[in-house]
Parts: sequence; C-alpha cells; structure tokens
Amino acid sequence: MNIIGKPRRRVDARAKVTGQTIFADDLMLPRMVHCKLLRSPLPHARVLSIDASRALAQPGVYLVLTGGDVPIPYGILPVSQDEHALAIDRVRFVGDPVAAVVARDELTAFAALDLVDVRYEPLHTFAAPEDSLTRDEPRIHEYGDRGNVHKMVSLNFGDVDRALGEADRVFDDTFFYQGNTHLPIEQHAAVAAVDPDGKLVLWSSTQTPHYVHRALAKALAMPAAHIRVIATPNGGGFGGKSDPFNHEVVIAKAALLLDRPVKICLTREEVFYCHRGRHPVLMRFRTGVTRDGTITGMHVQTLLDGGAYGSYGVASTFYTGALQTVTYHIPSYRFQGCRVFTNKPPCGPKRGHGTPQSRFGQEIQLDKIAESLAIDPAELRLRIVERPDTLTANYLRVGTIGLAECVRRVTKSADWNNRFRKMPVGRGLGLACSSYLSGAGLPIYWNDMPHSGVQLKLDRSGGVTAFCGATEIGQGSDDVLVACVAEVLGIEPIDIRAVTGDTDLTPVDLGSYSSRVTLMMGNAAIQAAERARDQLAAAVSRKLSIPAERLVFAERRVFDSADPTVGMSFAEAVCLAEARFGTIGTTGSYTPPQSAARFKGGGVGPSPTYSYTASVVEVVVDPSTGWVEIPRVWIAHDIGRALNPVLVRGQVEGSVYMAIGEALMEEQTFRRLPPRLSQALVHKFPSMLEYKSPTTMDMPEVFTELVEHPDPRGPFGAKEVGQGPLLPIMPAIANAVYDAVGVRIDEVPITPEKILKALDAKAAGRLPRVGPGSFPNISWPAPLDVPPPWEGGDGTARKLEKGSEKVKA
Amino acid sequence: MPRHASITLTVNGEPVDAAFAPYKTLLEVLREDLNLCGTKHGCELGECGACAVLLDGQPVLSCLVLGLECEGRIVTTVEGLASDGRLHPLQETFADLGAAQCGYCTPGFLVTAKALLDETPHPTREQIKEALSGNRWKRLSKARRKASRCGRRPPHHRPQM
Repeated sequence: MNIIGKPRRRVDARAKVTGQTIFADDLMLPRMVHCKLLRSPLPHARVLSIDASRALAQPGVYLVLTGGDVPIPYGILPVSQDEHALAIDRVRFVGDPVAAVVARDELTAFAALDLVDVRYEPLHTFAAPEDSLTRDEPRIHEYGDRGNVHKMVSLNFGDVDRALGEADRVFDDTFFYQGNTHLPIEQHAAVAAVDPDGKLVLWSSTQTPHYVHRALAKALAMPAAHIRVIATPNGGGFGGKSDPFNHEVVIAKAALLLDRPVKICLTREEVFYCHRGRHPVLMRFRTGVTRDGTITGMHVQTLLDGGAYGSYGVASTFYTGALQTVTYHIPSYRFQGCRVFTNKPPCGPKRGHGTPQSRFGQEIQLDKIAESLAIDPAELRLRIVERPDTLTANYLRVGTIGLAECVRRVTKSADWNNRFRKMPVGRGLGLACSSYLSGAGLPIYWNDMPHSGVQLKLDRSGGVTAFCGATEIGQGSDDVLVACVAEVLGIEPIDIRAVTGDTDLTPVDLGSYSSRVTLMMGNAAIQAAERARDQLAAAVSRKLSIPAERLVFAERRVFDSADPTVGMSFAEAVCLAEARFGTIGTTGSYTPPQSAARFKGGGVGPSPTYSYTASVVEVVVDPSTGWVEIPRVWIAHDIGRALNPVLVRGQVEGSVYMAIGEALMEEQTFRRLPPRLSQALVHKFPSMLEYKSPTTMDMPEVFTELVEHPDPRGPFGAKEVGQGPLLPIMPAIANAVYDAVGVRIDEVPITPEKILKALDAKAAGRLPRVGPGSFPNISWPAPLDVPPPWEGGDGTARKLEKGSEKVKA
Repeated sequence: MPRHASITLTVNGEPVDAAFAPYKTLLEVLREDLNLCGTKHGCELGECGACAVLLDGQPVLSCLVLGLECEGRIVTTVEGLASDGRLHPLQETFADLGAAQCGYCTPGFLVTAKALLDETPHPTREQIKEALSGNRWKRLSKARRKASRCGRRPPHHRPQM
C-alpha cells in the first residue's frame, strides 16, 4: 500500500503548527456579543425567584435569560432527558446554570452576573453515595429506579454461585477508583448566530455535533433542518465535550432573540464544574479460580457516584460490568451495578468510559491471585486469555485477539523474568492487560440507520472532497478519512479536502466517542472510494479496451497492470467518467453487525471488534517519603493495522500520560465551605494550579510496540487506539508499587500519603494495604438471567418467575 | 468606556501601533486587538503555558503580562516563526513527528522550544524536559523532545512571569 501504514505528516499538521487552526474561541463575527452563565452557589436548592432588573439596567447588557425562556428538557440519553438549559425551579449542584447574561463584552457580562438576584431555599445536600442509597427524600430527580438511586443493573450469565463453590479458591476484593476530569487544554467554547438566510448556526467545540443538533431542535422547538451545527476542531475532548450543553442551548436562544452572533467561552473553573468526567466507582470482585489459575466464575458489583444529572451515566453503569469477559475466559458471570445521584457536577464519559475503573480492580485482583497461587502474573494471563472468534458469557463477540502476543512482547522488552520480584526494595515492575471497543455497536438513540456516512465529490482537476460528520478532536480523524480515500483512489492526501463535522454539509457520523471513528468512518470512506473507483475504472476500461480488473489506481494515474505505460492521469479518468456517467459523486456508509446480546442492557458492550493492550510499568518508590517515580513504561497494543504509525504512537503515549495523572495525582473531589460561609459542597481543586496533572518532568520513557494482525472488520484491518492503551497503566502502576515496596494500594490516586500509611501498617504487622473497607449491602433487583452460549443460550433472558423477590448481594 | 492606552511595539518583526483598554493582558491584546489568535488561553492563571509568547526573545506567559508593559518591546508569536514563506525547522519537525495532535498547546510549545534552542542549540533530554515543563498538554510525546533537538539557534529557557 502506498499511504496506509506509512508514517506521514497528518493532513492538518501545517495548520496546527502555524497556529492557523480555528478553534471556537478564535471565531470573531461582526456585531458579536458575549454570554456568561450565572451558576448556583448552592449544591441543592429550590429556586424561589430571579430578579434580573439590576443587571438589565447596566449599560451594555442586552439580555438576561432564565429557565422559563428555554423550558424544554433535553439530555444525551433518551432515558435521561433530565437537563434544562437554565434551572427551572431547582439547582442540583454548585455550578448548575441558573441564568445567562448577554453583554457587549466579557467583562460587562461577568460584572452583570453579580447583579442578578436569585433567592434560593436550600435542600438537603447529598454529598456521597451512601447518603443517596439510604435517603429517598428529597429526590434530586423525579425519575430513576427509586429515591436517589438513578439506575440499578442486575445481570446473571450462568450459575456463578456454583462456579464459586466449585473453585479451589475464591478471591474477594474491594477497590475504589476516584473521580477525575478530562482537563482538555481548550475550554468549552461556542458561537451561535443567525446566518444571512435566517437560519440558526452553532459553532461549538463538541465531539458530537449530530447529538447536539438533535438536542437543539428539541430544546428550541425548531425544525432540525433549519439548524446547523458545526463542530470546530476540539482542543482536546476525551469525552468531556460529548454532551449537549447548557451553554450551547443558551447562546442559540440568545442569538435567535438578538439576531446577533453570541459567543461563550467557559472559564477553566467552569470546565471543572461542567465535568461529565470519570465516575467515582466503588467495586467488589469475587472471583473463583482453580489451582492452575483458570477462572470458574466472577461476580462484580459496582457503585457509581453519578453527580447531579444523568448524562451518559446509564451507559457508564453498564460499562463498569461489560468488558471483564473479553480479555480472559469467564464461564459464568454476574454483574450488579448501581448509579446514584449526588449534588455534585454530573459524571459522564471519560476516555475508557466506565471500563478503566473495573479494569483497575480486575487486574490488581489477578495480580493477587497470581501471587497466592504462586503463578507468574504474565504466565497467568497467558493461561486464561480468551480465544479468538468466541462469544463471551455476556454475548460479546471476540474476533481477533492479539493479547497473548502483547503480553509476550512487553515482558520480553522489560526483561520481566529476570526482574519481577527480583529487584531491590524500592524498585518494582507491574503488569496489566486490558481491552476496549472499536466503536459502540449501538447508537445513543435507537434507529436502524448507518453510524457513519461519507460522501465524495470528484472534481475534473483530479481533486477530491470527502464529506463526513466525524469530528476532529486531535485524534486524527480528518487524516484517517483522507488516507483511506487516497489509498483506494491512488492519489495523494494533498489532493483531498476533508470537510467534516457540519450537519448541513456532511452525512451523519455519530461522533467522536467509544473509539468508533477510525473503524466506522474508515469503512464508510473505503466503500465510497471504491464506488468512485469502480465508475472511473468502467470508463477507462471502455476507452482503453482493458478489462477493469487489470486497472491499477496509483501515483495519480489509472493504468494497465500488464503494461503500466498504458493509462491516463487520475484527472483524465475523472473527466472520462463524468462524460460517460454524468456528475461523479458517491457515498459509503457503515452499520455495525447486529449484536448477539438480546437482553435488556445488552446494548452496552458490543463492538465490531476489540483492541487489546498489555503493559509493564517500572516504578521507583522511596519508602521514606512514599514518592513514586516512573522511569519506564513498556506497552504493546493489538491494533490490527496502524493506518498512520505517527498518529498511533501519539495516542499510545498520550494514553500513558493521562494514565499517570489518574493513577498518581488527579482527584475530582469536594469539600464543604465553612459554616460562616454557606457550607456548600464545592470542588476542592477547580484550577490547573491545584488540580494536579503530570508535566514533562513526570513522563517516563515509553517503549511502544504495535501488534498488527489485520482484523477483517476494520478498515484495512485497523482497530482502535484512542482509549485502549490508557487502561492497563493504572493497575500496572499499582502492581508495580506492590513489587517495589510490598504494599497494596487498592484505590486511585496512589499518593505518597497512602503508601506511607500502608508501609506503617506493614511495619506494625498489620495488613499492608490501603483501600476501601467493604462494599455496601445493596438491595439489588432480581437479576435478568441470561444463559451463556455454552448452556444453550440464544442471547435472550429467561422469563422472570411471577412474584420474584429482590435479591440481596 | 475606559480610555484606551496606546503603545507601539514590534510584533513578529513588524512595527505595530496598538490601542486597547489599559487593563488588558498581552494575550488579550494579541487575540482581540491585533487579530493574532494563534496564541491560546487555557487556565486564566499562568499554569498551562498555552499563552506562551516570546518577549524580547524570552518565553513569557502572556496572560500574566499587561499589554501596557510591552511599549517598545519585541513580541514573537507562533505566527512569526515562519519566514520567507518557509516554516521554522521546529514547525517542520513538530509536523513530521506528530507532536501536534489537537494542536491547541502547540503554539505555546513552539515558541518555548524556539527560545530554548536559541539559547542552547544542543540541549540534553533533561534540559528539554525542564524547559518545556511549564507547558501543559494532554499527550506529551517523544516527538516534542525529538523535535526540539532538530532546530538550532541562540538563547533562553522557561516561561517566567
């Protein structure tokens, strides 16, 4: 192949290194005005009254909006349409938007916020899941399973109790994964305007313009066909820009009312409160194994602290229990998950979306199992790794799986056999594995339409324009689109213009989430390009009297493979085809194969194919301070095919960076203001100074290896790489700390304080562990009982018996 | 409306007369009054480095510099790195090695790296790491460090107030 697989400068590199890429806040339109949001200073309260008269009286203030101006609720999931652009009668977290001021400049808008008088009646603050589990009133939302429990999931695949009973050993471990946030360097920003034709247009730093498009139509009660959403290049997303947002709806409304462009850019503090990030998850793993390490059964329970709104949270809950089965063979599996509402910024999807938390628990438990059974952790993984072309207990289709090779590569490179458990105190190695989806198999809203569409326009000059709704968030989706088209048509990337993320111009792509874009857009692009190529081939074949099958498209030419001197330029071929067939334009689309899971809740987890990753992390721990340094990370990723190795390595290394932050220092945590203030539940570190994230000084040397066995479901065999490589690093760090100093930190972040505390316990003869004590006793609903494939199951649930009782954990 | 302040300064090699509200930071003047949006904001308090520019050849956080402080001074932004229609070697190498992904932090990195190479033409890995430690990004890669070795010229190091 000429383009695929070769390291290449990405198509938008020049724009980015010259500072010419236009991000949302770079947009300047004539007569543009500025919007700022007034946010609740209380975590839970009724809104009694809002008086904007003092603000409106200020020179330069044009408009103040409140909840009643945009009363229709919206939300990303059909089952959680629980958000209002501005609070109607209730605020549910400090930071919940209550009013919006639009003024001639930002300073005037900020100053006017202080002049909007809101009266609140405080309600009980739900600060922690334990409170939300036990206290039903006041309800944060009037929907959900009961009280302040948003969602409970209870799924059974096989007889787990018997499997645990038959095991040689049962391991019962509890872990906690603290919440953290995306921290994109670009804050959320958007501009709304009424275009010259009178139609609404919104430019926004969003990962999901199609979903924003639908939400705007609903919230504004306008035809979607008269609304245009343009996703500006995101300065980082990671899942934090995937919801339809209050600020997007507000400025759209303001633009319609004022008939002037309205811009909003969130402050960094607002971004911390906007959140939609990593759910804090408490989890319990009960795993039965035989003496040789084979898993007989696994029972996982998770408790998610959802924050104040639904966001993607129902999906997040399912994700904490979905992917355990695609890495290692698990013959029987039970999953119980629970998400509660609390009065904190809403949690949503962050890179890995619900799977990093449980992967952390699963991989540390396996480390404990390996030690207990006196099996090397790498050897254990190799014994139990899932087989290719398998249907899992929970009906996920594992196709190609290169995990064993990933494990072998990183252990070899890290000299694992000579160093694991053999280095001096203070130095250690840790191993962990993981897997991730290459795109969610089901869309966010139920429909039978493609998940990605690509249109191609071929110009007589030989230039091609490729249209796709996919969003460039830095991962390189524009480059993948161009590369796939260029490879099929035999032209150069510079000959192609990518037009992406514009609901007026581009066919629907669902958005940049769940690592779906390379696979889904790529396949659609290949189909569109092949259809164009076939038309050109037909025209050239007739003109030159050569069978179409002998024609080669390469080097901007179309020529006879038997005699390369016979042919014509690509541009000439386009003209020939246009003369013969009329204007040349093709489409391609992609819909994932139907999932085998046919039970309620089976919609989360399926994917066309899964990527796999293994990593060995080397740590140095100073036992006198607890300080952790990471000199080296070895990471092998089963990617199918690296379409552009430069982009792929960037994703792997970037994942390692993000993982170090999550493992060692990042915390989205909250504190109460003192009694002499409001006692409000506020973010502890809502600034980039206080919220710790890694710098160059914290980055290890990263040794990346790519395992490439092309997967038939991926474009040119490619699987995902944007999220998978993040997942094994956090548990590998925890396992490495154990190897270094003999203490288990069963939670993140793994801080020096916790390591010292565990070392003290060790010295005093107590259990050398820091982590959650126990998993709460939750009254789970009766499980959906889905017989696994090897018990004759067909992916559906058994009918529930009449009068089935609630089951205790 | 506050009375505007007027200054003359050199921006990317050209003399500029700028008039702006006196409380504005250099970052705001560049982006809002001089139409140079390549330099970004990210944190409002000088922590992320996205706003880095060169002031008399030294990297500074333009969100912490007042526009008024720049009377008669020389400012270089990402827009001024290319010359004679050709990209700076740092820009070429950043592009080749994939050091720009979303690209939002790239302008800040480029000017800081340029300042390092201007002072230390052959920096060690440790010197590069330290010089760039004030720039935040979400995916540091070897590319950035490699790229920093590939352009060469005279003085300085890390963004300062």
